[in-house]
Amino acid sequence: MKPRQKKFVFILVALAALGAAVGLVLYALKDNVSLYFTPTQVYNKEAPQGHNFRIGGLVEAGSVKREKDGLTVRFLVTDTSRSMPVIYKGILPDLFKEGKGVVAQGKLEADNVFHAEEVLAKHDENYMPPEAKDALDKAAKAQSAVATALPVAASAVALPAVLITK
Amino acid sequence: MIPEIGNFALIVALLLALIQGVLPIFGAARGNAVLMSLARPVAAGQFVFISIAIGCLVYSFLNNDFSVLYVAEHSNSQLPMHYRVAALWGGHEGSLLLWAFILTIWTIAVATFSKHLPQEMVARVIGVMGLISVGFLLFMLLTSNPFDRLLPAAMDGRDLNPQLQDPGLVIHPPMLYMGYVGFSVAFSFALSALLGGQMDATWARWSRPWTTVAWVFLTLGIALGSGWAYYALGWGGWWFWDPVENASFMPWLVGTALIHSLAVTEKRGAFKSWTVLLAIAAFSLSLLGTFLVRSGVLTSVHAFATDPRRGIFILIFLVVVIGSSLLLFAWRAPKIGLGGKFNIVSRETMLLSNNVMLSVAAASVFLGTLYPLFMDALGMGKLSVGPPYFNAVFVPLMTPLVMMMGLGPIARWKQASLPDMWVRVRWALASSMTIAVLLPLVMGKWTPMIALGILLAFWVFTTTLLDLRKRLSNREGSLGQRLKSQSRSYYGMQFAHFGIGIFIIGVTMVKGYETERDVRMDVNDTVQAGGYEFRFDGVRQQSGPNYMASQGRVTVTKNGELVTQLYPEKRNYNASGMPMTEAAIASGFLRDLYVSLGEPIPDSNGAWAVRIYIKPFVDWIWVGCVFMALGGMLAISDRRYRIHAKKSNKAGISSEPVHEGGGVKESKLAAEGKI
Repeated sequence: MKPRQKKFVFILVALAALGAAVGLVLYALKDNVSLYFTPTQVYNKEAPQGHNFRIGGLVEAGSVKREKDGLTVRFLVTDTSRSMPVIYKGILPDLFKEGKGVVAQGKLEADNVFHAEEVLAKHDENYMPPEAKDALDKAAKAQSAVATALPVAASAVALPAVLITK
Repeated sequence: MIPEIGNFALIVALLLALIQGVLPIFGAARGNAVLMSLARPVAAGQFVFISIAIGCLVYSFLNNDFSVLYVAEHSNSQLPMHYRVAALWGGHEGSLLLWAFILTIWTIAVATFSKHLPQEMVARVIGVMGLISVGFLLFMLLTSNPFDRLLPAAMDGRDLNPQLQDPGLVIHPPMLYMGYVGFSVAFSFALSALLGGQMDATWARWSRPWTTVAWVFLTLGIALGSGWAYYALGWGGWWFWDPVENASFMPWLVGTALIHSLAVTEKRGAFKSWTVLLAIAAFSLSLLGTFLVRSGVLTSVHAFATDPRRGIFILIFLVVVIGSSLLLFAWRAPKIGLGGKFNIVSRETMLLSNNVMLSVAAASVFLGTLYPLFMDALGMGKLSVGPPYFNAVFVPLMTPLVMMMGLGPIARWKQASLPDMWVRVRWALASSMTIAVLLPLVMGKWTPMIALGILLAFWVFTTTLLDLRKRLSNREGSLGQRLKSQSRSYYGMQFAHFGIGIFIIGVTMVKGYETERDVRMDVNDTVQAGGYEFRFDGVRQQSGPNYMASQGRVTVTKNGELVTQLYPEKRNYNASGMPMTEAAIASGFLRDLYVSLGEPIPDSNGAWAVRIYIKPFVDWIWVGCVFMALGGMLAISDRRYRIHAKKSNKAGISSEPVHEGGGVKESKLAAEGKI
C-alpha cells in the first residue's frame, strides 16, 4: 500500500473504533444512570414507577420495623415534608440509624412502597449524604415558600406511617 | 510551639519551592550554569523543611496535642500509637502534607539518580517539580493548614474514623500517593523535553524507569485499597466502581498506556507526541484523583468536610497545571514530529491499539465518574452512574485488549506477518478455547461470561509460555543458561502479563461461582453453603483499646470435619460512637470463607443477621496485582538502565557490578527488540 492509502486506512479504523466506543458508552450510560428523587417528588408522582431510581433523606425516627425473618426491614425516608415507605431485605450498613441520612436505590412498585435493592449510609456520624441533604434543603425551601400555614410535616409523616402498619 | 515550628517550616518550604521552580528553569533557558546548579541543593532544602513539618505534626499526634485542630479532629487519647501516626493522613490537610512530602522524596530521588543527565534537563525537571510543589504548599497554607490551632483546646479528640483504623490504612494512602506523585516525574520529564525542544528518544529512555516505579506503587496502592475494602467494609466486595476507586483507576489506565507508549518511543522513536500527551494526562488525572478524593466533592468513605474556597483553589490549580502543559504541548508538539514509520501489521500497531483502548477505557471511567458532577453543577438534577455501566463498558473494551496482549510480544517491530503469527499462536488459541468450553462444565455452571473470562486468562498464559519456549529454543546450553539469556525487562513484561491472566481468573471465578447468603441465625443454627456447613455459636462481649466489640463465633465444617472457626466482630468505637463491622475471613488458595455480623435481631434469644460468603479464587485478584507489580520491578532492575548510568557516569560511583562486555550485550538486547 502507498503511504497515503495507509494513512487513510489508519484514520478509517481509528474513526470506526472511536465510533464504536462512543456508541458503547452511550448505550451503557442510557441503561445504567439512576436518577435521584426526593420523597416530596415521589409523592407528587414525578418519579417513574417500575424503574430504578434513588431516594434520599433521613430515616424517620421510630419508623424502623423488622419482620420476623430478621432480615426484612421497613422504614420511612423523610425530607421532613413528605415521607416515603421503604422495604429492604438484607443486612443494613453499619451507619444506618434512625434520624440519620440515608440514600436508597431501588424501584417504586405498584404497592406505593419503595423496594430498595441497596441502602447506603456511609461516612461518619456527622456526615450527610449530598442527596439526603439536598432533599432536606428542597423541602425546607418549599416550606418557607408556602410560608407559615399548616403543620405540613407532621401530617405528611403520619399518613404513610398508617400505610406501613396496615 | 511545635505546631508553629511546623507552620514556619511549611512557609520556608514554599519559598524554597518557588526558588526551585523559577531559577533553574530560567537558568536552563539562558544557559546559566549557576542558576541551574541551584536545583539540587534547593530541592534538598525543601525536603528538609517539609520533613520538619511532617515531624512536627507527628509529634503533635503522638503527644495528643488537641489544641491542634487537625489532631483534635482525627485522633483520640485512646487511639493506639501506630494509628496516631497513620492518622496523619486520615484527613484532608494531613493528606496534602503527605503528598507534598512524597513529592520532595521523588524530587530528591531524581536529583540523586540523574547525575548522568545533561544539566539543562535536570534543572528543568526539578524546576517543574518545584512548581507543582508551590501549588500544593500554597493550597495547604491558604485553605487547609494542618497546623491550625483550636482555642480553647479540646479535652479529647474526635478519634480517627473507625473505618480507617486498620493496618490497611497505614500503608494504602502512602502507596497510592507514591504512585500518583510518581507520575509527576514522567510529567516533569515530558514538560522539560517540551521546554528544551529536544524530543529525541533520550527523554523517553530516562523517564521510563521512573514511570514504571510510579506505576508499580500505584498498582500496589490500588490493590491494597481493594483488599482493604474487601475485608474492612464487611460487604465482601473487592471493587465497587466507587468514584474514589475510579479516581485512582484512571491514572492507572493512562499510566499503563504510558509505559507501553514510552517503550515504542524509546525503541522506535515513534508516538513521540502521543507519549508526551499521555505523560501529561497521567499526572493530570493523578491530580484530579487526589482532589476529587480529598475535597469532598464526591460521596465516599474517603471524602472529608467541604469548603468552597478549597473547591475554587483546586479548580484554578487544575486549570493552571493542565492548561499550561497542554498549551506548551500545542506550541511545541509540531516540532516533535510523529517519529518512525511502521506497517499496519506490526508491534507498533499493536501497542498503538493498546494505547487507544486503555485511553478509551480511562475516558469511559472519567465520564461515568464525573457525569453526575457535571449534571449536578449544571442544575440538571442529581443522578448516579452505577457499577452496571462500568461493567457494560469494560468487558467489550478489555476483551480485544487482552487478546492483543497475547499477540503484541510475538509481533515484530515495524512489519509483522499475519500468517507467521497465526502459526505461532494457533495452538494457544485452540487450547485456551477448549479449556474455556470445558472448565466451566467441570465447575458445574457454564455461562458465556465465565467462558470468556477463562478463555482470556488461558490465552494470556499459553501465549506467554509459548513465546518463552520459542525464545529459549533458539539458545544453547542448560535450561538455567538459556533462561538467563533473556533480559529482565522481557521477564518483567511477561510476569506482568501473566499477572493480568491470574487477575482475570480471580475476577471470573468470584463473579461466576461465589455464594452469598444473608441469613438470620439463632445460636446453634447451621447454614449450608458451597459444601460447607456454618454453625453459629453465639456472641460474646469483648473490649478493645478504644472500642467495645460483640464477637461472634462461627464453626465451619465440611463433611463433618472441622475446617476452621471464625470470629467476626461488630465494634462500637468509644469516642465517635460509630459502629464498625469486622469480617472474619479464612483465606485459601481456591476459596475464601467470609463471615460478617449484621445486626442483633430484636426480641430473640441471641440471634443475629449474619452474612456468609464463599468467594472462590478471590485472592487471585490481588496475587495478579502483585505479579504485575513484580513484573514492573523486574523491568526496572534490567541491566541496561544501570549500564546507561554507568557508561555516562565516568566517576563510577555506581555500586552495581559491571558485567564484562555489557555494552555488547546491551546492543544485542536492543537489536532483539526487547521492550
